[in-house]
Amino acid sequence: MAFALTPEREREVDELLTHYPNKRAALIPVLWICQRQHGWISPEVVAWVAQRLELSTAVVTGVVTFYTMFFQHPVGSHVIWVCRTLSCDLRGAKVIQDHLEEKLGCHAGGTSKDGKFTLLKAECLAACGQAPMVQIDDDYHENLTLEKLDQIIESYRGTPSAQE
Amino acid sequence: MSEQKPLLTSRYEIPNAHTIEVAEKHGAYKSARKALLTMKPEDIRAEVKKASIRGRGGAGFPAGVKWGFLNPQEGEQVYLVINGDESEPGTFKDRTILNVDPHRLIEGILITCWAIGAHTAYVYIRGELAHSIKSLDAALAEARAKGYVGEKPFGKPFEIQIYTHSGAGAYICGEETALLNSLEGRRGEPRLKPPFPAIKGAFDQPTIVNNVETIAAVPDVIEMGGEPWCNLSRLAPADGGVRLYGISGHVKRPGIYEAPVGITMRELIDVYGGGMLHDDRPLKAVIPGGSSTPVLRPDLKVDAKKADHPLHPWHGQSEIDVPMGVDTYRALGTMLGTCCAIVMDSSVNMVEACRNLMRFYQHESCGQCTPCREGTGWLLDTLDEICEGRGRPEDVHRLVEIANNMMGNTICAFADGTAMPLLGFVQKFREEFVAAVEKGRPLQARHDDSTAALVRGRAA
Repeated sequence: MAFALTPEREREVDELLTHYPNKRAALIPVLWICQRQHGWISPEVVAWVAQRLELSTAVVTGVVTFYTMFFQHPVGSHVIWVCRTLSCDLRGAKVIQDHLEEKLGCHAGGTSKDGKFTLLKAECLAACGQAPMVQIDDDYHENLTLEKLDQIIESYRGTPSAQE
Repeated sequence: MSEQKPLLTSRYEIPNAHTIEVAEKHGAYKSARKALLTMKPEDIRAEVKKASIRGRGGAGFPAGVKWGFLNPQEGEQVYLVINGDESEPGTFKDRTILNVDPHRLIEGILITCWAIGAHTAYVYIRGELAHSIKSLDAALAEARAKGYVGEKPFGKPFEIQIYTHSGAGAYICGEETALLNSLEGRRGEPRLKPPFPAIKGAFDQPTIVNNVETIAAVPDVIEMGGEPWCNLSRLAPADGGVRLYGISGHVKRPGIYEAPVGITMRELIDVYGGGMLHDDRPLKAVIPGGSSTPVLRPDLKVDAKKADHPLHPWHGQSEIDVPMGVDTYRALGTMLGTCCAIVMDSSVNMVEACRNLMRFYQHESCGQCTPCREGTGWLLDTLDEICEGRGRPEDVHRLVEIANNMMGNTICAFADGTAMPLLGFVQKFREEFVAAVEKGRPLQARHDDSTAALVRGRAA
């Protein structure tokens, strides 16, 4: 199925293109706009972006595969990134990780059976002073205890997915 | 703590300081007005040089000197690029500026653009910090509406446009030339230097890349004057002013604190950080300024007997009693880096801590240069083997050998930034590595119950 942005998002792209001296520089921000709408960067998205910015699909794919935040496969309604790097590790990141794996019934890299949550491990998310922490979609949740984490997860269950 | 009134963090405690109304009520844009309307670019550059702001992104290069490398040719356009890719493990300071006081950064950008002759500035922020990007975008919209950013800032006919640019998850994009590639819509692979960005940077034009905190310091330098600002430091004139210190790990009050350049690690931990998290567990090691900076060990003494040694005044004292400065820490065999410390207490096994960081580097190597792409993997594999009880006697030496073969053999400093902390861990805690190899069984490391209990809380 062919991909296209909504007219409102198209206008965002038009505005972005005025920020740079060439079209290619808008590639990463445009991919972000697409992922917000579509949930992941499908081959159709790559083809659309390539045409819109006058690049080859190989160039676009090269960029998509370099950056960890562009999803190359469909993900759950919400994506949970658990920071595992040293400062978080020292303050119990492993406890957070184990708890989420058990609660969601999937390992890091997997998606819960109900399709609600994809669980991923993250490298340092620059919240070391508020460890342990997780990022869910765009939001940071810091200074976690398991009790707090459980409440946070429940609050996402009822909410629509990050993309539409 | 310091008696000096806060500068960088002066608006941190004020509610709604991220809005232009509140920020202006508390002094924002005064320096930018002064700079653009009453100062010549060369005068601003001279003040910033006198201020001796050592780059806050980790390398510690003096900002004023960096600006001096610009030499735009006829028809070239100068760009200012702000590095907000804050990803060095342990570092979380720039985010506070972006979230709480974005107008301070915008003001610094306006002054800097005028000083270096740039009409366009990009602020590159790591993709994970979606809220920081929103915060800065909202502040930029306010500043544009007021006419501070745009065709005539404060009425001055010198157009300045500022745009945010989001990354998408890649530590290496904090390296300035990788960042420029990412800004141009490419894979974030570092470029060969020379040419340096000041000659050929963004879009092949002369470009200055500065850290968020470096530029956020510029308004105070203009308000106070370069020399008085520099002299706030305990290490003036070589390393000037005040800076943001971060502290995380096993302390009671992790967070970001402003203090003069040159406080000691002991002060940072005991006074600012509130002391060790568990009273019965003393400090074992501290990574001083982000994960690439070699670890310090409080029971090691400074060896600087010769009177001309830069650390001679601290001869015989603990490593953590040396003032925190770019040059003092280099003399100590480590680096000040981003000035954000990771504190580890006596429960931490150093082999495990080292393995944690090497996993980070293995994950984040861009893969362009073989010694780095392969070396980071080998280091991690070897540490995995040791930690899982399959270490061999030669493994400790092998770690050192791999690291030595990575250093200096790659396009950017990433491989050095991996090898240096690895070598630091092995040199300073060799006995733990040897013990881990000799025991031949999994380490019963780290995941101690008292820290885990803090997380488990009542749900346990």
